[in-house]
Amino acid sequence: MKLYLLMTILLSSLFSLSGCADLKPWVKPYERNNLADPIMSLGRHGVAGSYVHHVYQARESARGAEGGAGGGCGCN
Amino acid sequence: MALGVVVAVIKFTSQAFFKTIFKLLITVNFLTHSFNSLAGTLPVDTVDSLYHRYEGGGMTIDGPFILVRKSVGNQFSLSGHYYVDSVSAASVDVLATASAYTEERTEVSAGVDYLNEKTLMSFKYTNSEENDFTANSAFFSVSQDFFGDLTNFTLGYARGWDDVGQLGKSETEDADRHIYQVGMTQVLTKNALIGVNLETITDEGFLQNPYRQVRFIDPGNTARGYSYQLESYPETRTSTAMAFRGLYYLPYRASIKGEYRYFNDSWGIESHTYDLLYVHPLDDQWIVEGKFRYYSQTQADFYQDLFPFKDSQTHLARDKELSNFSGTTFGAGISYELGQGAITHIDRLKFTLLLDYIQFEYDNFRDVVAGEGLAVGTEPLYEFDAWVTRASITLEY
Repeated sequence: MKLYLLMTILLSSLFSLSGCADLKPWVKPYERNNLADPIMSLGRHGVAGSYVHHVYQARESARGAEGGAGGGCGCN
Repeated sequence: MALGVVVAVIKFTSQAFFKTIFKLLITVNFLTHSFNSLAGTLPVDTVDSLYHRYEGGGMTIDGPFILVRKSVGNQFSLSGHYYVDSVSAASVDVLATASAYTEERTEVSAGVDYLNEKTLMSFKYTNSEENDFTANSAFFSVSQDFFGDLTNFTLGYARGWDDVGQLGKSETEDADRHIYQVGMTQVLTKNALIGVNLETITDEGFLQNPYRQVRFIDPGNTARGYSYQLESYPETRTSTAMAFRGLYYLPYRASIKGEYRYFNDSWGIESHTYDLLYVHPLDDQWIVEGKFRYYSQTQADFYQDLFPFKDSQTHLARDKELSNFSGTTFGAGISYELGQGAITHIDRLKFTLLLDYIQFEYDNFRDVVAGEGLAVGTEPLYEFDAWVTRASITLEY
């Protein structure tokens, strides 16, 4: 009985893995109009956005994970 | 394996339920990572110019910030920036122990991005110069889109090295820095995306400001009851920040962004940052926005506003940035954009004006300038307001 249960679970695992391979991106390219709108951009303000991170880094102890590529402001 | 078994059991139960769970598992997976820009495309050619001004707490800092970016062929993009801080300083720290001063900081960078199919590699070197301080950093990152471009994964590393000088002294001190970043963004639905950033920074060397001082109770100083000595920071620091973000397109044309960041470091500081941004287009050219931000932190282990006596502990700090405090920001902005076709050879031209008002309130940093004449340790707690202005012209070509 235990062996039967074990086999069931193992086979189920294999099926589930093949199921993973079938997973398709669920937002199709033609459904991305809203996402492509500039108001959905994380870095909409360019250097003005980088600058405000610098303002806070100079006055607060927290630093990092601001979301933009960078490598530190080099301005401590 | 254990995960596979769990998923298998769920699949046997319900195929639809399994799909939901799998989406959740992907979500949980990227909660350990973060998000950045789109990796599958090179950054657009641009000239981004900004005038910035910070005014508050006795400090006025302003100057230009210009970024130029140009692609070379289909795979490379070169960039460079020039940034200036013109500082006029008469803050409470300066007035308590020194005289008001002016100085200038200039920062330049050169970078290159390389795109290979869906992988974007970026390298940037930055140099910052002041009359008594030099900072350098080299940054490298790899960004990859996958899963039908619904997922973006970014890894970054930066090395920084500083020369910290002191006016009137010829020798300088060193500080080295390593920065490790990992990030992931995920498109959740046709109206929502979320992401996580994780960043760890390690510092080693001379990490304090060579001019700043701490105060201690000194009965021998009959005029005010306390005296000053130079501060003394530890020579190492390791910090970790983790941020969670979500961006949602509302049922009408507008977006809302929420963000939370947790931070802690080996000096005992812990902080929470909450950000909320609402963006509302008035038409195809005018966009307005409003923002709210709240920040709070606990103090460093070796911080005190007033030490009991001279050299009372190994590490001493009285920088208000290391105290218990909070900051609240209210911001508003407006931008006007001319799209493709409006000007020959120009894809986009955008004018932006952003104005932020910040209130800082300190829980255990006292204002010794305003409290002059009061008994030591009974001065009012310090607080100040600041205005941050950003006016920019962004040109894409």
